[in-house]
Amino acid sequence: MIEVHNISKSYRRDSLEIPVLSNITLDVPEGEFLALMGPSGSGKTTLLNLIAGIDRPNTGSITVNGTDIATLNESNLATWRSHNVGFIFQFYNLLPVLTAFENVELPLLLTNLSKKERREHVEAALKLVGLGDRMKHYPKQLSGGQEQRVAIARAIVTDPTVLVADEPTGDLDRVSAGEIMVLMDRLNKEFKKTIVMVTHDPRAAEKAHKVMHLDKGELN
Amino acid sequence: MKIPFAYIWRSLWARRLTTALTLGGIALVAFVFAAVLMLSRGVEETLIETGSLDNVIALRKSANSELVSQIDRDGANILKTFPEIATTPGGKPFASTEIYVIINLSKKGSNDMGNVSVRGISPEALQLRPQVKLTAGRWFNFGQQEIVLGKSIAQRFQKCEIGQELRFGEATWKIVGYFDAQGSAFDSEIWGDVEQMGAAFGRPVFSSATFRLTSQQEFEPLKLRLQKDPRLASIELKREREYYEEQSKLMSGFIKLLGLVVTIIFSIGATIGAMITMYAAVANRTVEIGTLRALGFKRRSVLAAFLIESIILSLVGGAIGIALASGMSFVRISTTNFGTFSELAFGFTLAPGVVISTLVFALVMGVLGGFLPAVRASRLNILSALRSA
Repeated sequence: MIEVHNISKSYRRDSLEIPVLSNITLDVPEGEFLALMGPSGSGKTTLLNLIAGIDRPNTGSITVNGTDIATLNESNLATWRSHNVGFIFQFYNLLPVLTAFENVELPLLLTNLSKKERREHVEAALKLVGLGDRMKHYPKQLSGGQEQRVAIARAIVTDPTVLVADEPTGDLDRVSAGEIMVLMDRLNKEFKKTIVMVTHDPRAAEKAHKVMHLDKGELN
Repeated sequence: MKIPFAYIWRSLWARRLTTALTLGGIALVAFVFAAVLMLSRGVEETLIETGSLDNVIALRKSANSELVSQIDRDGANILKTFPEIATTPGGKPFASTEIYVIINLSKKGSNDMGNVSVRGISPEALQLRPQVKLTAGRWFNFGQQEIVLGKSIAQRFQKCEIGQELRFGEATWKIVGYFDAQGSAFDSEIWGDVEQMGAAFGRPVFSSATFRLTSQQEFEPLKLRLQKDPRLASIELKREREYYEEQSKLMSGFIKLLGLVVTIIFSIGATIGAMITMYAAVANRTVEIGTLRALGFKRRSVLAAFLIESIILSLVGGAIGIALASGMSFVRISTTNFGTFSELAFGFTLAPGVVISTLVFALVMGVLGGFLPAVRASRLNILSALRSA
C-alpha cells in the first residue's frame, strides 16, 4: 500500500547541509495503524510529510497505491493529496472563520460532488465523530477535543487512502486525548483506514498495531 | 476559484477595523476621483446642453468664441436667404443675429467684480431656444432698454431685483424679468434687444448669428453653399452643439487634468494602504494558507482568494466613494469659464460613465494593491506555512 524505498532527505540551512532522514525503507500494508515515535529532531514528522506528499525526498521513491508520488509535479501532487490523504494536525488547523460544517466541507470542494452530496458526506462525517449537533459552531465555540474531532471529520470526509496524523493528541488534556485515540482506533478497525501517526505520547502509541522508532534519521 | 466565498468574506469581517480603515482610504480617493469627473461632466453638460442639434451658429472664421467674432449685417442678411434655413410660421427666416459682450457686476456677499455675459437677441431667439422659459416678471420689449436675467445671475449678483436698473454700455437698463434655461450656459447670461445693445455698446456689427435648419441633414449642404459664396468668405458655420462642446473643452479638460493628477497621487497612497492590509492578512493567515494547500487547494486558488479579497475591498470602497460623491450633485458652483472669460454656473453631474470610471479606478487600486500579497500567499511553502503555528 505505502512503499517507502530507500529515501533520504536533508535540509539546507545557509551553507550547512543538515541530514534528516537517511536510507529509510518502510512498508505500510493496507489497514495498518502505524505509530512513528522518536525524540525531537529524529525526522519522524519529515517522514510523515513525505508520505503525505507535502514534502519531497532528495532520493528514493514513495509509492502509494501504485503511484510514485515523488515524480508528480506540484499541481498533480495537490490533486493527489486531495483524493488520497486525510490530514490530522496537532493544532487542528481549522479555518477560524468557517463553521464546523464548512471546515469539513472544504476538501469536498475539490471533488465533483453536488452540493446535496457534499452535505450528506459532511453530515455523515460529523455524526461519526460525535458532533452531529455542532455543525453550525465556529472553532472558537468548541473545546480542543471537539476541534480535533472536526479536524478528523475533515480528514475522513473524502474517504482518503491514508490518514496522516501529526501528534493528534499533543495539544489535548488526557481525557480528550483518550477520546481522540478511541476514535482513531475505531476508524482503523471499523472503517479499515490506514493510519500513519507521529506521536510522543506512549498512551496514543498503544492503540497502534505497530510502533516504529526513529533516531537520528534512521529507523529501528 | 475553489476556496469558498464565505472564507473570503468572513476573513474581511473578522478583521473589520482594518477592513474599515482600508475601505475608508479607498472610498476617499474614489470620492475625489468621482467628484472631479462629475465636475468636468457638469461643465460639459451645461455647455453642451446650451446648444441645440437643429441650430447652426455663424461666426467669423477662426474665431473660437462669440466674444471675438464679428458678422457684418450684409453677411447675416445673405445667410438668412439660404434655402436650408427654416422659416417661422410668420414667414420670416428662423434666425437670431446677436451681440455678445461682457460687463462687470458686483457679486453678492462680497464686493468682488465678476464678468457677466450680455447677449443682445433678435425676436426669433426665444423660438430658437425653447428651453429658455420666463420664471418671473415679463420678457423685455424690443425697442426698449429693458433686460431679463438668467437665474444664476439673479442669484449671484447685487442689484438684480426686478424693477431695479443696471448701468452698462452707454445706457441704463431696467430689469423686467428672470428666465430659466434649464441649467444651460444661458442661465449665466443677461438678455436684451440686439439693436438696443448695438447702439449702447457702439457696435454696428453682430457677434454671431444663429439659424434653425430645415432639418439636421441640411448642415453640410448649407456649409457647401456658404463656401461657394465669395461674399461670405469670412464666415464659418458650426453646429450650435459642437460650438458649445468646444467651449466646454478648455474648462472641463483643465478640471479633469488637475483633478486626475491629484487623485492619481492620492490613489498611490490608497493602493499602498490596501497592499499593507493584504500583506498583513497573508501574514496573519499563513497557517490557514498552509492548511488549504495541504488539503489539496492549488496555488492559483490561494492567489485568486486573496486577490478577490482585495478586489472586494476596493469595489466596496469605490461604491462608498460614489455614494458620497452623489451627495455633491446637489451642489452648484459658479466660476469664470476660461473659454468666454465670464461667469458660468454649473453642478456636479453623476452620469453612468462616472460610476463606471470610478469603479474601474477602484478596481485597479484593488488589483495593484492585492496582487503582490496574493502572489506571496500563493508562493508560501506548505511546510514552513504549517510550521508557523
